Amino acid sequence: MHNFDFVKPSTIADAVKALSAEGAQALSGGQTLTPTMKQRLAAPATLVSLTGIAEMKGVCMGADGLSIGAATTHATVAKEAAAHYPALAALAGGIGDPAVRNRGTIGGSLANNDPAACYPAGTLGSGATIVTNRRKIAADDYFQGMFTTALEEGEIITGVTFPVPQKAAYVKFNQPASRFALTAVFVAKFADGVRVAVTGASNDGVFRWTEAEKALSANFAASSVAGLTVSPDGMIGDLHGTPAYRANLVKVLTKRAVEAAH
Amino acid sequence: MTKVTMTVNGKTVSREVEGRTLLSSFLREGLGLTGTHVGCDTSQCGACVVHVDGKAVKSCSTFAADVDGATVKTIEGMNNPDGSLSVVQQAFQDHHGLQCGFCTPGMVMSSAALLAENPKPTEAEIRHYLEGNICRCTGYHNIVKAVLAASGQDAAALAAE
Repeated sequence: MHNFDFVKPSTIADAVKALSAEGAQALSGGQTLTPTMKQRLAAPATLVSLTGIAEMKGVCMGADGLSIGAATTHATVAKEAAAHYPALAALAGGIGDPAVRNRGTIGGSLANNDPAACYPAGTLGSGATIVTNRRKIAADDYFQGMFTTALEEGEIITGVTFPVPQKAAYVKFNQPASRFALTAVFVAKFADGVRVAVTGASNDGVFRWTEAEKALSANFAASSVAGLTVSPDGMIGDLHGTPAYRANLVKVLTKRAVEAAH
Repeated sequence: MTKVTMTVNGKTVSREVEGRTLLSSFLREGLGLTGTHVGCDTSQCGACVVHVDGKAVKSCSTFAADVDGATVKTIEGMNNPDGSLSVVQQAFQDHHGLQCGFCTPGMVMSSAALLAENPKPTEAEIRHYLEGNICRCTGYHNIVKAVLAASGQDAAALAAE
């Protein structure tokens, strides 16, 4: 790994200032960025750690829903969100392994937007709002393709606010070596309709399966998606699964998520 | 270079480190605590697991400078104050929870973290918790037995697979 300067600010304002330097890069839990830097796929001049900023940590239930600080670890979300939003807590508790969950953060996961990551599905499936140091971004506008987001240069996620649905579930088909999603589906039933978000399947990253949303909004039952088909066009094909295999998983996992929703 | 200070196995230590110094390098090369193993160096295998402020983390994917001020425990700090093996370590010995032994430091640290969170885990909970610790000898069965025994449960009941 190439060397770099390391800074660890304690406020959002100081972090934003540090990130304005040439070649500066934000570091959250580092469970993706550290291995990436070891492979020299990233070589920042300065790493700005976001893990020492108290105002970016914690889980709290408010009028707009469940707010989670961007630097909150998966382990903390798994524990502290359980009483408020069990499906989201379960999603956090299934990321990676216990040691990864003790370091990895929700903000880091969303900023990276790995096409097989779990949090993008929970965030898009909930219709959550991503809060940054500059603005609020609706999940529908935030995810813009594989490893691509609406974040601008020097913009950092400070928190995420989740509306809590009546019922929800996340069902992940594990890629057993990486423990990322080979394909996974998040289903959330709100008073005004159902949202279905799919990760791990598409070359464009997380997406909403709008056909299933329509069918499930009319009748929230696994049988509602039985007659639908998912096109393998644009699906990921690799040694773990073909595009057709993933397209089929989308449907199977959506049915399972509807059955598991509570 | 940045100066970092940590409490490692009860002792306060300070060292000048580069930004890129990993916690695993800090422990092994800086402090000579080579019990923490680096297996894959890609955060998959768990041989490098140590406790940072009581939580299991992969030291090969954590920068030393990012845990400045933390309390760190490694395999060298796992024994009892009188030098005898801790309950988890003794259970690994009693149940032969190792083959080549390379993954053992990480297995012991993860198992201790599990038991701190969940003192009486089921077999399924143990296997699930140890998902991030890979044993290339595939000696998982005796490791699970050792963790069951360390939690005061009957390991003999675990059927051979």
